[in-house]
Amino acid sequence: MSPIVTVEHIGKSFKGLRALHDVSFTVEPGEVLGIIGPNGAGKTTLFNCMAGMFPPTTGTVHYEGQDVTGWSDARLARAGLVRTFQLMRPFGSMTVLENVAVAAAARGESEKEAEEEGWEILQRVGLAQYATRTSKDLPTAGLKRLELARALALHPRVLMLDEVLAGLVPTERQPVIDLLLSIRDEGATLLFVEHVMAAVMALSDRVLVLNQGETLAFGKPEEVVANPAVIEAYLGDEVTDADAH
Amino acid sequence: MSDTLVQTVPSPLRKRRFLDNNVIALIVLVALAVPLPLLMDQGQEAVAVRVLIFAMLGMSWNIMSGFGGMFSFGHAAYFGIGGYSSSIFLVNFGISPWIGMIVGMGVAALYGVIVGWLCFRYKLKGTYFALATFAFAEMLRIIVQSADIVNSSVGYNVPLIQGSDWWLMQFPAGSPNYFWLGLGLMAACLLVTIVFMRSKAGRFTVAIREDETAASSLGVPVLRFKLTAIALSGSIGAVAGVFYTQFYLFIDPELAFGAYRSIEAILIPVVGGIGTIWGPIVGAVLLAPLNDITAAILRNPPPFLDFLEGRTGLDVMLYAILIILVILFLPKGVFGTIKEKVTKR
Repeated sequence: MSPIVTVEHIGKSFKGLRALHDVSFTVEPGEVLGIIGPNGAGKTTLFNCMAGMFPPTTGTVHYEGQDVTGWSDARLARAGLVRTFQLMRPFGSMTVLENVAVAAAARGESEKEAEEEGWEILQRVGLAQYATRTSKDLPTAGLKRLELARALALHPRVLMLDEVLAGLVPTERQPVIDLLLSIRDEGATLLFVEHVMAAVMALSDRVLVLNQGETLAFGKPEEVVANPAVIEAYLGDEVTDADAH
Repeated sequence: MSDTLVQTVPSPLRKRRFLDNNVIALIVLVALAVPLPLLMDQGQEAVAVRVLIFAMLGMSWNIMSGFGGMFSFGHAAYFGIGGYSSSIFLVNFGISPWIGMIVGMGVAALYGVIVGWLCFRYKLKGTYFALATFAFAEMLRIIVQSADIVNSSVGYNVPLIQGSDWWLMQFPAGSPNYFWLGLGLMAACLLVTIVFMRSKAGRFTVAIREDETAASSLGVPVLRFKLTAIALSGSIGAVAGVFYTQFYLFIDPELAFGAYRSIEAILIPVVGGIGTIWGPIVGAVLLAPLNDITAAILRNPPPFLDFLEGRTGLDVMLYAILIILVILFLPKGVFGTIKEKVTKR
C-alpha cells in the first residue's frame, strides 16, 4: 500500500531560528504514529506545517498522493487531514453541539444534517449530556473531548492529535485511548504528539522521535525506546526502568 | 427506573422551522407597531421614525462587530454611502431612491469588502482594525466634502414633491407612511439578520469571532465569511442611510460620514446588547428619544433646572452617563443581560 502521508525534507525557520530541519517520514493508511520529543523539539511545528497553519520553509508534504505543501489549514481539513490543538480552542459562547456542527457544516453538510451528525458524535465521545451547555463551561476533560468531537465531524482520514491526553488524570485517559482506537479501527490514520509514554507505547505502530528539530529516531516503539540516543536525549530513567522490567 | 449505566439523554435536536421564536417575535412586533402612527402626533412620530433609523444602523454594526467580532469604528461610511447614493441618483437624474438604495447597498458592500480585505491582508486586528475602519470613513468624509461633483460640503436637499409617492419615497410632513416605510425596511433588515444568523454563514461568523484559528483548522473559509458578514452589515447600513435622507430630506458630509454617526452605530447595540438579535432594537428604543427629551428640557426647563435654558450638549452628556452606567452595570447591554438571566434559569 502506498503511504497516505509522505513528509520529505521538511524544515521550518522562524526569522533564523531553526525549529525544524530536514525531517522525512511516511505514514501508512490505518497506522498510528506517535511523535515524541523533549519540549521545543519541533513536534507542534511539524504539526503546524503539515496541517497548513503555515507553510514549511523547505520540503514537501504529500497527502493521498497529492502535493499539499502550502495548502491552507481549512482546505486540508475539508480534504480530511485534520488536527486538534494542544490548548483547547472551543467556540466559547456556542453550545457544545453547535461547536461540533460548525465542523460538520464546514465539510459541506446543511445546518440540519450538521446538527444531527454533531449529536451522534457527542453521544459517541460521551458529551451527550453537555450538548446544550455553552462550551466555555466545560471542564478540561470535556474540552479535550470536544476537540476530538469537532475533528471527527470532518470525517478525518488523517487525524493529527496534539497532546490529547495532557491535563487528564489517569482515570480520564483510558476512555479517550479507547475512543482513539475505535477511530483507528474505522480506518482513520492517527498521528499524535504525546508526553504520556504509556499511551505512546500502547497505541503506536511506529514512533518518530524529534530532538532540536531533527529526527532522532523512527521505528517500532520497542526499537525506539531501546535506542541509546533516544534514552539520552529524552526518555531517561523512565524507559530504562521499563526496559529492565 | 432502569438500572443501566448508560444514561439516556434527550435529543437536543429541534425541528428547524422558518417560523422560529425570533421570526414570531418580529411578526408580533410589526403587528403591534403598525397602528402606532395613528396614535401619535407629528413630533412623536418623528421620534418613532428615528428609533427605526437607529435600529437599522445598530443592526448593521451588530452583524459585523457584534456577531462577527470585527470592531468597526467607521460605520458612518456605509450609512453615508447609502444616503449619498440615493441622493445623487434622485437629485441629478430623478431616479427613484429605491434604485439608489439598491446601488448604495451594493457600493457599501463592495466598499466594506475592499476595506476588510485590505485590513485582513495586512493582518490588522482589534484596535488597529477599528482605527483603520475609522480612517477609511474619515477619508470618505473628506473626499465628499471637497468634491464638487457631489456638492462638496453643501450636501444634497431632496427635491420636494407634492403629496405622497411611494416610488419616490416621499410623503407630506407628518404622514404615517414614513413610519410604515421605515418599519417595513427595519423588519426586512431584521428578518435578513435572523435568517443569516441561523444559516451556516451566521454560525461560521460567530465561530470565527470566538476563535479564528480553530475555525480555520475545522475547514471554515475564514476570510470569505468575514467579508460576507461585512458586506451584509454594509448593505444594511446603506439602507439606514437612504431612509434617513428621505425622511430628513437632507444629507451633508458631516451627517453622512461624520464620526458622530459611527459612534451612534456603536452605542445602539452596546446599550441594547452586542451580538444579540434584539439588542439593537432595544438600544434604539432607549437612545433615539434621548435627543428629543433633552431638547425639550433645554427649550423649556422645569423650574429647578432653570440654569439649563438655552444651553446645548445635554443630550451628549446624558449619552455619556448612560453609556457609563450600561458598561458598569449591564456589560452585556439591556437585552443581553435579560437574555442571560432568562437562559440561566
